[in-house]
Amino acid sequence: MMARTRPEPVQVVKQRRDAALKALVEGVPYIGFLGVQFDRRGDELTALMPFEEKLIGNPLLPALHGGATAAFLEITAIIGLSWGMLWEEIESGAFDPEAIVGGKLPRLPKTIDFTVDYLRSGLPRDAYARAQVNRSGRRYASVHVEAWQDNRSRPFAQATGHFLMPRRDG
Amino acid sequence: MTDAKTKIAQQFMQALPHARALGMRLVSMGDGQAEIAMDYDPRFVGDPETGVIHGGAVSALMDTCCGAAAMSHPASPGGTATIDLRIDYMRPATPGQRIRAHADCYHITRSVAFVRARAMDEDEARPVATATGTFTVEGK
Repeated sequence: MMARTRPEPVQVVKQRRDAALKALVEGVPYIGFLGVQFDRRGDELTALMPFEEKLIGNPLLPALHGGATAAFLEITAIIGLSWGMLWEEIESGAFDPEAIVGGKLPRLPKTIDFTVDYLRSGLPRDAYARAQVNRSGRRYASVHVEAWQDNRSRPFAQATGHFLMPRRDG
Repeated sequence: MTDAKTKIAQQFMQALPHARALGMRLVSMGDGQAEIAMDYDPRFVGDPETGVIHGGAVSALMDTCCGAAAMSHPASPGGTATIDLRIDYMRPATPGQRIRAHADCYHITRSVAFVRARAMDEDEARPVATATGTFTVEGK
């Protein structure tokens, strides 16, 4: 009987995954411009957009700009989709997370279309979002995203988008 | 556009912090039509490999432009909010080029404004993106 290889220490695994996610997110200038961050629990990501004055669209209410909300949802969808692909490749050993950290970023999916539903006005507070990949094929993917603020059960916006998947070598 | 109207339109843009943060400039606005330009900025890049602007920045431009068109319709009392907005991305915008959106509020009721828009870079014959959306019709 073969000896089972000892699992890696949890800190090593966590650090590798977090470093890969950080490199993926920091590679996109617009994510930094909006100040969007990602919180990871296992393979699940939650996007966070901390409130800033520059995200305001209607200063009288005040309310978040529909464009800032749309961008937040689209960022969440793209990173969610990329992370799903990357996660499988890192876990199967097909992709070396060290390469991402070293600057070799995976190619990102391209948006084909994106439809945003504005359910209620975005308040001048932090916003959160999660993406659900409903289908991820070799060429196309369909992703649904929901964003909320104080109350998870009262989303202020949702979106569905279709994406063209990057070509994989080999 | 009259000088007074131009001034109101410019003030409209300056009053929107997010539009200002993205460097949007109102080209024209009136009678249910609006045109807004956004210069290329490396901070707005979505694909680091190609330098193409993020779809989210194009969405913000489209949303602002469609809202401006809805507000400028003669039948609109002034205020508006987006109900829904769909964007189709036809091709990547050429890095380094300014993006210009043109929106048309083609129908309006007492409650809803229907708007469509096109975004172009310097090659105006081939749009970068199109949008269709519905907006609320509200008093000031």
